[in-house]
Amino acid sequence: MKVSFRVNGKPASVDVAEDMPLLWILRDVLDLKGSKYGCGIGQCGACTVHVKGVATKSCQLPASKLAGADVTTIEGLSPDGSHALQKAWEEHDVPQCGYCQAGQIMAAAALLAKKPKPTDSDIDTAMNGNLCRCGTYLRIKAAIRSASGTTTTDAPSGGRSGQREEAHA
Amino acid sequence: MTTSIRADRREFLRVSAIAGGGLLLGTYIESAGALEALAAAPGAPLAETALGNYISIAADGMVTIVAKNPEIGQGVKNMLPMLIAEELDVEWKNVRIVQGDLDTVKFQGQSAGGSTATPTNWLPMRRVGAAGRAMIVAAAAQTWNVPAGELTTAAGRVHHKASNRSVGYGDLLAKAATMTAPALESVPLKDPKDFTIIGKSTKGVDIPKIVTGKPLFGIDVSVPGMLYAVYHKCPVFAGKVASANLDDIKKIPGVKHAFVVQGTTPTQLAGLVSGVAIVADSWWTANSARKQLKVTWDEGATASQSSASYQAQAEAFSKGTPQRNLRKDGDADSAMSAAGVKMVKGGYFYPFISHAPLEPQNTTAHWKDGKLELWSPSQTPAGGRGLVSRSLGIPETDITLHLTRMGGGFGRRLYNEPMVEAAAIAKQVGAPVKLLWTREDDMHYDQYRAAGWHYFSGAVDASGKLVAWKNHFVGFGDGERFAPSAGMGAGEFPAGFIANYALDVSMIPTGVPTGALRAPGSNGIAFAVQSFIDELAEAAGKDPIQFRLDLLSNTPIAPPAPAAGQQPAPAGLDGARMRGVLEMVREKSGWANRSSLPKGTGMGVGFHYSHRGYFAEVVQATVRKDGEVQVDKVWVAGDIGSVIINPSNAENQAQGCVIDGLSEAFGQEITIQNGRAVQSNYNNHPMLRMNEAPPIEVHWVKSNNAPTGLGEPALPPVVPALTSAIYAATGKRVRTLPISKHDLSWR
Repeated sequence: MKVSFRVNGKPASVDVAEDMPLLWILRDVLDLKGSKYGCGIGQCGACTVHVKGVATKSCQLPASKLAGADVTTIEGLSPDGSHALQKAWEEHDVPQCGYCQAGQIMAAAALLAKKPKPTDSDIDTAMNGNLCRCGTYLRIKAAIRSASGTTTTDAPSGGRSGQREEAHA
Repeated sequence: MTTSIRADRREFLRVSAIAGGGLLLGTYIESAGALEALAAAPGAPLAETALGNYISIAADGMVTIVAKNPEIGQGVKNMLPMLIAEELDVEWKNVRIVQGDLDTVKFQGQSAGGSTATPTNWLPMRRVGAAGRAMIVAAAAQTWNVPAGELTTAAGRVHHKASNRSVGYGDLLAKAATMTAPALESVPLKDPKDFTIIGKSTKGVDIPKIVTGKPLFGIDVSVPGMLYAVYHKCPVFAGKVASANLDDIKKIPGVKHAFVVQGTTPTQLAGLVSGVAIVADSWWTANSARKQLKVTWDEGATASQSSASYQAQAEAFSKGTPQRNLRKDGDADSAMSAAGVKMVKGGYFYPFISHAPLEPQNTTAHWKDGKLELWSPSQTPAGGRGLVSRSLGIPETDITLHLTRMGGGFGRRLYNEPMVEAAAIAKQVGAPVKLLWTREDDMHYDQYRAAGWHYFSGAVDASGKLVAWKNHFVGFGDGERFAPSAGMGAGEFPAGFIANYALDVSMIPTGVPTGALRAPGSNGIAFAVQSFIDELAEAAGKDPIQFRLDLLSNTPIAPPAPAAGQQPAPAGLDGARMRGVLEMVREKSGWANRSSLPKGTGMGVGFHYSHRGYFAEVVQATVRKDGEVQVDKVWVAGDIGSVIINPSNAENQAQGCVIDGLSEAFGQEITIQNGRAVQSNYNNHPMLRMNEAPPIEVHWVKSNNAPTGLGEPALPPVVPALTSAIYAATGKRVRTLPISKHDLSWR
């Protein structure tokens, strides 16, 4: 199907299968490689982009629902890497492998756009859909605080149940 | 101008002038023909003699350093160039870093694994930098006609104090290229007190690209005319394609090729395994075509295996005589039956788990005019090239391999199935092809962390001293040899610290591929061994840390002489270094005050020695009455030698190890049913998320030892520290992982 939408402020028009997710349109049709494939089922958040400013997992958004969408990717977050979060990520030396970090930054940017001074709980809620396999969560949180000029108590807000996960085994 | 002198047995230094007045410095490794090539072409441009380089200095003083090792997120792309820049004595801000391709002539040890990059490169990389500095100093001495000994360097400039002169490196290059290269082995190195880069944090060199979404990773590779491939293998390990509806698949719009790849025989699970390749004009098209693929499989023998059958075999072994003894010191049986001792028994289990690096396995390959070009995220590029060469009959000299940054490794990319699969597909297709596995492919065809069972017995005497220890370890193997990364060594702690000690083993044959997961072996063994030490400490009525300190104070017992044809047991850990980190973590965690913690909150400790590193960790956890566990805080104390080369990255690695270990302990398990992996994605093989990540304090003991690696050794202790904290909080001892299978509710 043919579908037209906007990416990073510019019009885009593609002719793809109607079930092709935005992630693969971005990566393989529009050659925007910043959004990453990690799970394909909306579990890891490596593919996070903004659709009308809302953090969205692009692996879950098919072409059939894309018409007219206003999409921002990591490549369009700032013209030159100068977004407060991009600078904070460098300042805090956040990444290890770096694969998840574009998605992390996009999730955080959507949060700060809506809530410039987030609480710890706001950060956890906004960021809980983004996995970091290297475990850089503490630095991600520190960078978000730094970019938003906030501080925190540094305590984890959630737990892992002894029984809740049993279903998978 | 080219100069070369023999520096040591194997490695040589080479220096050349380059266009524009630059200087190029490299080492190369003695190999057949290399010296002859050099002798035949003195002064030839470097590219023509195909000899390597580490450093090039431009006339403006900017220094380019080649990072030779693959980057998986461990920070080696910073670390190795830091060693060179330090001894070259230039400013880090004037250093540019480029990733080297695979080149076994230019470089040694281009791999990422075993936390080896630091110990194996600590001196060689510093010597490369120091040799460059020495030649620039020699050039300045000749220019000014003063003794080299009167010259000093700093920040990329040479100074002569007596005459108050100074000159930038960039102005000395033409003369430096005519200097005789010093012998690498004897070139003077800096006194560590003069370090200006080593020991100071540098930020990851690729961060500007990472935060702006520039293509960096294997999955991002794009080659003109490239097609996209998926590779569909039998759900049963080592199963083979009998037939497939290829004609139907080829009719799907966008699909360009569909064919069966035979795989190598006999089946190597870490090699080219039989499957169906689908190649299309987009990856989405290729992967979607799998829904219409119908394959008849020859499933093979592994289809009869399951986690339940392994468990039954382990339990049967535990009740019988072990297959073999790996080590026996004293007489544990007699010591356990002596009057007045208290005996303890405990059986421990840890499951298969998947590496699950966030970037799924991939490789881009292009077969053209009898040559193969590869772009691959591989931890062992040389091994991968060899595998491709052997599997497809392509000489290694006809294979070019570009190293890409990797979206995590954790040991998964030590194995190169995607590389050989992509090469096999590209060779048939004749166009550039990017092979990408789905997450489900990645989890279903891993080289898993091997499950293991430890059946312990031990005894403490009336004074609380640990007097006997027996471990019947049941792992996977053929009865003679353990499966890859599925074994346990005769030097493993507490061997050597207990007078009456026995390690017996039995092996279960398996068709499930096993391999090295971050801190291989250790990531399961530490859980079992440290947990059982806690049980013995309790039986002895001792503080768990004091009991460990006492054990580590015993005079080490040398391992028994190896049997004919057997390797001697490796040297065990250094008790004093481990006591050092235990004492530090005891102090930092406030361990002495733990009795004041509220009911439902507890502290646990664990230590482990692996990959030359000493780590002790304390976990404080709170278990709610309904059984939900929250990790309140983790304290890490590590001893990896005299200097922490890049402190920011070191802290990040140690914290990442802790998060990784907690994820493994809480919820990760791959179960096998009918020869297939059951779990498929992050929803059923979970990792910690941000709201579950505890604060993690990292502290270093700077001991008088050469620095060693950090990708792995901080992981193992956190698992037993967590389960011991849960025990302290609830009285429930977790002897089998994952924790999520236990009801931890309490009243």
